[in-house]
Amino acid sequence: MAAKAHDIRRYPAFLWITLLCLFVLYGPLIIVMIYSFNDSVSITRWGGFSLRWYEDVFFGPEAAKFKAAAWNSLSIAVMAATSATMIATCAAIAMIRGGSFRGKSMTFALISLPLMVPEIVTAVATLIFFSAISFTRGYFSIVMAHIVFCIPFAYLPISARLQGIEATYEQAAQDLYASRSQAFWQVLMPLMMPGIISGFLLAFIISLDDFIITNFVKGAGIETLPTAIFGSVKQGIKPNIMALSTLMLMVSIFFVTVSYFAGKSGAKTER
Amino acid sequence: MAGGPAAGGGASSSTFAGIRHWLLLPSWLVIGFFLLLPVLLMLVYSFLTKDFRGGVIWEFSLAAYDQFIFDRGLFGDEPPTIEWIYIQIFWRSIWQALLATILCLVIGFPTAYFIATRPQNTRMLWLFLITVPYWVNLLIRTVSMKFLIRDNGPLNEWFLAAGLLDSPIRMINTDFAVQLGLFYSYLPFMVLPIYASVERYNFALSEAAADLYADRWTALRLVVIPAVSPGIIAGCILVFVPSLGAFLAPDLLGGAKNFMIGSLIEEQFKGNAGNWPFGAAASMILLTMVLIVLMIYARQQARGEREGR
Repeated sequence: MAAKAHDIRRYPAFLWITLLCLFVLYGPLIIVMIYSFNDSVSITRWGGFSLRWYEDVFFGPEAAKFKAAAWNSLSIAVMAATSATMIATCAAIAMIRGGSFRGKSMTFALISLPLMVPEIVTAVATLIFFSAISFTRGYFSIVMAHIVFCIPFAYLPISARLQGIEATYEQAAQDLYASRSQAFWQVLMPLMMPGIISGFLLAFIISLDDFIITNFVKGAGIETLPTAIFGSVKQGIKPNIMALSTLMLMVSIFFVTVSYFAGKSGAKTER
Repeated sequence: MAGGPAAGGGASSSTFAGIRHWLLLPSWLVIGFFLLLPVLLMLVYSFLTKDFRGGVIWEFSLAAYDQFIFDRGLFGDEPPTIEWIYIQIFWRSIWQALLATILCLVIGFPTAYFIATRPQNTRMLWLFLITVPYWVNLLIRTVSMKFLIRDNGPLNEWFLAAGLLDSPIRMINTDFAVQLGLFYSYLPFMVLPIYASVERYNFALSEAAADLYADRWTALRLVVIPAVSPGIIAGCILVFVPSLGAFLAPDLLGGAKNFMIGSLIEEQFKGNAGNWPFGAAASMILLTMVLIVLMIYARQQARGEREGR
């Protein structure tokens, strides 16, 4: 009856709990994917396979609204992620290669502030701010709000990567008469690249994902994909929304997979 | 601070010390101007008088905070009685967030443990599988859950078709639905830190426990769990904090009867009917609760580090 010594770390039940976990996480997504191909107006009865709801997304009566929302979502995400990545890269270099200085832990707290403040509070505060300075809410207010909460998400992978790069690289470059900016652009920057790319992708997905903050600061007349979907779902889940959701789901999974394998190959080149 | 995060950097990892303030300027400005300042402004707004068309009148008032606790009648001139509605909403939010945290822990711990004890080459794949749903739009995930558990949704249809039920069971707009939604939203936040702790755990300790005639579950309870408790605590905080202020799961899955803080705040800013100072005050209370939790956590971390040395 005595368990073998190496058996003590195994709990067979844990495998089943893990599988249950995956089942709960993926189940609803897979169901929605399947039902998005349903050729029936009733969203629950199965009426055979069809692409009609995808056609509806692209050419149906709401196509113009979805296209505008998709364009807003993508352009906002590109701008917010690019700005946040640049800001975060500068901050990471200063924090990790800038020696120790007064206010360093305060700066770190400030950079992580968007992670600590609950999203709904950030949303309220930003709305109040734009209203207090009488700034017309719209495209620009969304971009600014997105840059703020993207910064910590871009910062984390970039600083983690930079921490793993020894300072001897840029010191060697400088010993060989490279200027500080040459040492940065030609030595440090290429080494940091995997971190910068995953920081950008993270910020990009976080920006695409955001609903609450966007909903508060968007003002009238402008929609992103999440706010358009939310508005539509409030009147009931329609099959074209399921098709649109499936498309967005695919895009997210594609990006995560790319960033996973980019990270993997990045980790390999480090050795 | 000396010799802090300079790991691997050798004697001087301060190549960019000369320009560090310029490099930090953009983050200071952007976060300071567009987040810190707005939060301070929100604090000010919570002490102003509400304007009936939405927005505020710049006159000092404690009405927003008073409204949380006292009911003074429609015109504010009746003797105050205790107002329970808002206290109940806050209490329900804390309770829901706690239950979601416990649910995540009960399911998340075995999952994290299982993944951390896989062979090195499959570990990353398991972790990847757990985190992929997190990167799918939260709104889409919540809507998917709503679709699945509706009264005439696929789950009920299948149970009816299989003869397990006579009539659809009500899952949507219940506390259970909110729990499920929060669990579904934040589970990876529980799994990742616990995984990181278990991965660093020295399994020789479990074997020592086995040599001393502990069975598996005793070893788990008395040896493994205390050793990985920093990861468990971090995971609980990472789930509890966003659950407390969650909006999508309670709003889409919980319906009007299961109002949480997030919906209460949102309602104050919707259209022209809301009460901005009250919404600002509710946000301040939520923020204060979150900061208290984070501060207790930070203090405990610091103490743990001191004792660890």
